[in-house]
Amino acid sequence: MPNPIARTEDIELRLLLEAIYLKYHYDFRGYAMASVKRRLNQARERFDCRSFSQLQDKVLNEPGMMDELLTYLTVQVSELFRDPAYFRAIREKVVPHLKTYPSIKVWIAGCSTGEELYSFAILFREEGLEERTMFYATDINPEALRKAEAGVYDLERMRLFTENHRLSGGKSSLSDYYSAGYGAATFDKSLRKRTVFSDHSLVTDAVFAETQMVSCRNVLIYFNKDLQGRAIGLFRDSLTRGGFLGLGSKETLRFSPHADDFSDFSRDERLYQKRGAH
Amino acid sequence: MPAPARKPYQAVVIGTSAGGLKALSAILPHLPADYPLPIMVVIHVPPHRQSLIAPLFEEKSQIRVIEAEDKTPIEGACVYFAPPDYHLLVEGNYELSLSSEEPVLFSRPSIDVLFETAADAYGDGLIGVILTGANNDGAAGLKAVMAAGGAGFIQTPQSAFARAMPEAAIEACPSALILDLDDILLELKKAA
Repeated sequence: MPNPIARTEDIELRLLLEAIYLKYHYDFRGYAMASVKRRLNQARERFDCRSFSQLQDKVLNEPGMMDELLTYLTVQVSELFRDPAYFRAIREKVVPHLKTYPSIKVWIAGCSTGEELYSFAILFREEGLEERTMFYATDINPEALRKAEAGVYDLERMRLFTENHRLSGGKSSLSDYYSAGYGAATFDKSLRKRTVFSDHSLVTDAVFAETQMVSCRNVLIYFNKDLQGRAIGLFRDSLTRGGFLGLGSKETLRFSPHADDFSDFSRDERLYQKRGAH
Repeated sequence: MPAPARKPYQAVVIGTSAGGLKALSAILPHLPADYPLPIMVVIHVPPHRQSLIAPLFEEKSQIRVIEAEDKTPIEGACVYFAPPDYHLLVEGNYELSLSSEEPVLFSRPSIDVLFETAADAYGDGLIGVILTGANNDGAAGLKAVMAAGGAGFIQTPQSAFARAMPEAAIEACPSALILDLDDILLELKKAA
């Protein structure tokens, strides 16, 4: 078996990621490489490059190339109320705790195009928490953040979103929150009046607020273990004692150096609670 | 002088779709508990979040069977099923990772994604197996496995519940071994 580091292709991949970091400060060096390599190979083919080195030349010297590459490097696939059981557990188990706080801050880390944010905003409105809550929706991809802020989705996705919302224990009709037209569903802008959208990197940036809940789902799977450790460290430092961390349905704190800082709160739904002190 | 022994295989990847449960039942429960190679499996199932497939096989197999979690270190004597609605990938350091990227050939998990990343990690130490299925996922993946020097086994289309997947794999990989399920089991035992 070839030594993975010694292969030319892998050397070129590392140099490409280094170049992207040095020039644009997007740091993909600690990402899970199998997926990064696959996606950069797609980009390489799309831009007619023979090698990652050629792609590196392009991204260093051609304006606009980095934005193009970002769409390959950042994954933008989500749903409203994805994994309804997660939102049901938040509704039934987390909300009663959050209700004891006079003001609540929720961080949607890696919000991508906003589906998770709108899910939270709707749930918090239904549960009567919206008026005392501030949401932070962060991502590294400015184009995704623009889409999140716009809150416009394909109308054909609404059937799935509506079903997810119902399964999450939704107390209203999802259609109350968007207007439909020209094949698009535009979510009511009042849903984001208490949201700050911001460019933030879990890789290179620091904690920016004390929060009572962090939801970061299907983001950590793209990181290697070291980077996962860094991100989870940020969440721990941001969360207030007893604050809640929600991960994706197949993500786990089990392999994290910070696992001891959290306790299982709702195991199947991957909801964790920060322990008293650290 | 005898020919130098082939370097031992390090891992097995299996891809299947329609009819796959039954085909896998002819293989996984018949492997010994200490079968030394790790086996990663993608079977296309409707994307309900809770999968019953890993527990089903765990129940009737001697070898350990689990649903893969993110960053699970890959170990021998264990079968890892891709969770529904996630791609399963092999990292260069022999950990599994998951991804919710777009479906590939309408499939998530995608056989091609598993096979291609496993081929990248294991090179010629990998065995790729394509079983019954009704689409052409896996053909490009098996081709990548064999291009990296690995072995390819394909279920004989006549014996498959759905023949499209084996046929597509045969077309992409003419030098793969085309075998009935019994013989695939035998070859897997021999390879370990």
